[in-house]
Amino acid sequence: MSSANTKRAKKQALGPYGKVGQAINELDERLGVAKGGRTLMDKIFPDHWSFMLGEIALYSFVILLVTGVFLTLYYVPSSSLVTYHGSYAPLDGQHVTEAFASTVNLSFAVRAGLLMRQMHHWACDIFVGAIIVHMARVFFTGAFRKPRELNWTIGTTLLILAIANGFLGYSLPDDLVSGTGIRIAYSIILAVPVVGTYLGFFLFGGNFPGSVIIPRFFVLHVLIIPAVILGLVGFHLFLLVRQKHTQFPGPGKTENNVVGTPMFPVFMAKTTGFLLFVGGAIALLSAFAQINPIWQFGPYDAARISYAVQPDWYMGFLDGALRIMPSWTFHSFGYTIPWEVTLPAVVFPGILFTVVMAWPGIERKITGDNAMHNLLDRPSLRPKRTAAGAAVFGFLAMLFIASSTDVIANFLHISLNTVLWAMRVLCVVTPFIVYPVTKKIAQEVGALKGGGKRKTTNVVTLTAEGEYVATPAPVYVDDAVHHLDPTPVPTFLQPEEEVRPAESNGTRVADR
Amino acid sequence: MSENHEHRTPVALSGLSPDDPHLQPAAKNPLLVERLIALSFIVGTVLVVLFGYFYVKNGTPWTLGATLGGGLSLFGIGLIAWGKYLMPRGPFVEERHTLASSDSEREAMANAVVVRGGSVIKRRKMLGGLLGGGLGLFSLAALLPLLRSLGPLPKQTLDHTDWKPGSYAVDITGRRVHEDDLAIGSIVTVFPEGFQNTDNGQAVDQTVIIRISNSDFTTMKGRENWAPKGYLAYSKLCTHLGCPVGLYEQQLQMLVCPCHQSMFNVNDGAMPTFGPAPRPLPQLPLYIDAAGYLRAQKDFDQPVGPGFWERS
Repeated sequence: MSSANTKRAKKQALGPYGKVGQAINELDERLGVAKGGRTLMDKIFPDHWSFMLGEIALYSFVILLVTGVFLTLYYVPSSSLVTYHGSYAPLDGQHVTEAFASTVNLSFAVRAGLLMRQMHHWACDIFVGAIIVHMARVFFTGAFRKPRELNWTIGTTLLILAIANGFLGYSLPDDLVSGTGIRIAYSIILAVPVVGTYLGFFLFGGNFPGSVIIPRFFVLHVLIIPAVILGLVGFHLFLLVRQKHTQFPGPGKTENNVVGTPMFPVFMAKTTGFLLFVGGAIALLSAFAQINPIWQFGPYDAARISYAVQPDWYMGFLDGALRIMPSWTFHSFGYTIPWEVTLPAVVFPGILFTVVMAWPGIERKITGDNAMHNLLDRPSLRPKRTAAGAAVFGFLAMLFIASSTDVIANFLHISLNTVLWAMRVLCVVTPFIVYPVTKKIAQEVGALKGGGKRKTTNVVTLTAEGEYVATPAPVYVDDAVHHLDPTPVPTFLQPEEEVRPAESNGTRVADR
Repeated sequence: MSENHEHRTPVALSGLSPDDPHLQPAAKNPLLVERLIALSFIVGTVLVVLFGYFYVKNGTPWTLGATLGGGLSLFGIGLIAWGKYLMPRGPFVEERHTLASSDSEREAMANAVVVRGGSVIKRRKMLGGLLGGGLGLFSLAALLPLLRSLGPLPKQTLDHTDWKPGSYAVDITGRRVHEDDLAIGSIVTVFPEGFQNTDNGQAVDQTVIIRISNSDFTTMKGRENWAPKGYLAYSKLCTHLGCPVGLYEQQLQMLVCPCHQSMFNVNDGAMPTFGPAPRPLPQLPLYIDAAGYLRAQKDFDQPVGPGFWERS
């Protein structure tokens, strides 16, 4: 009995919130965490499936960091030659670079090494894809408008960095396919007018291939670019918290509030679950879908080449642009501008990313709209913006398809010339078809009464006289929740009535 | 817990009673959902334990991936379902507060930057100028060695290869190519002797020799005697982006670049007939020495590979 009493006395001394409460007290005395922490826990996240696209990008980046650290423990960033004597018999005795040998070794001789390598590669492909789909959501719903222009610019920068780092990482194994990719990248750098050869020689430490490009790509890939990405992701999320989330218009939602679920515990449960699910999905993909089997490609050899190879998907639009560009080289006054390379691989991506980055400003110039926007647009209510975005995506999709001209020609048994000219025509024509068609569709949908809203059901009843009567159901059953008025997150819950009379205070006092 | 009620019911703060509809779960049948979530957590736990087991046993990648992926996915699905169906369904609301400061606060900031800062600098214009100028020059000075240490200047590097007058053509193993080696229609990749194992030799000097006929062959005017006994040599670097032109279409007598499908007509001085390549592949003039070995008369008469600014 006495031990129980001391326990109770201790508990009483700790106060109503026990050890957690004590820890909060200690922390708050030193750092002042209570007020801000509470505000953060009450932060409201609006519910819409499209808001989780950015989370896919964030969580695949987490997977990239975790699996990437694992890979750096075994990968050797060196292009010195070694003789391969590993567990992959077909390569036995071949002279390969240490980079290639260590990548094959970590795939076959390290426990879970191949799984980690495939997860890293799949996570990268998903990372870039999720960024682009997330950006499409932000673009088509107008979430980039004032006050969020800066965050759009940061997001575009993150996309460019993700693509660049994807290419660098893809190059590190020094296999035949990726080595050809580096060769092409070097030639693209040479194609920059005036300073191209200097850029190429400084980056590669001399003429291609040199011996420093693998270590240099390595330090860029594992240190410099990830650090910049990490910093920008942090800033991206800080701005999200500071400016609060956008939301779609709806009952109870205004420009001046946010309606949804609180950070703690509801959103935290859902988003942590989503992190686990993204990790799980990437692991499952990596278990069952092989990606980049470099031991089949073999080591890089500048005088060898593989057939019917494409780069990772996010480089496809550039490869397609290079394929369909006619050979319009400029050669005069003792100088050369290889437009067949400069235009599709230097000028075009430069213009594309500049326009994307500057889009919030461009749209503000066109519309003259300088107001704050916290409520999102339905894409059908902004036909011109929606059509412009769709036209750009249509153009990029055609370039992407054009990166497989040879495969298409083989597959369909038609001449490569036909495929090439078809893709040239499609690339030029597609935007001009997509723009007016999308605009018209958006206008029609936008003009529909109740367009974009879910239809409520009609309940059909048979009367005693045999007549059918249709009455609209008042509420779509699963939507009942939306018909509650939103309430602020409660400061506390009023305690439930005591339900265990046997343990009432009176009895215990008497015990004492 | 029950004895602490008196501490917990404080002053008048806004609250909700536990039976408020905002705090009810969204699920119509919470017990069923709870059981399903419990099931997914249990199966998930079994799978991640199996992952540990397979790891210790050095299992195949797919067993590791399936157990890890399955376990994480089930934990994730269960946790998402818990948050979505069993936690308070809301909706909850918070107000946005304008981020902008008041006019007077803005003015105070602008004043501090322009007037306070300006007065300090204006009073010591010379110091400001010296510091700014010095740091500006430093940034330039820091930039130059950084760039220059990264690599050598290009100079004339791209204009030449290692092919010299009299260089033997050798294959990748270093074996000299003899006039009896190739049947008509055959092709071999060659390098100048001594460079077949060097980075530069493989990346820049790589050349294909195609035997096109039995007799001396002239691809164009001015290139008489360049292809003795039908041995034709072209740079293997595509003039588009520098990929090795590794495919020889024997019946069409075309060299094809697998990267972007440029095609070069071997009979016609390797003129590009298809694809984005802008120039013919440079031809290497060959001769056959007294012992019957193929050798270069001289280097290529133009830079090999893709175009660049200084290419005249």
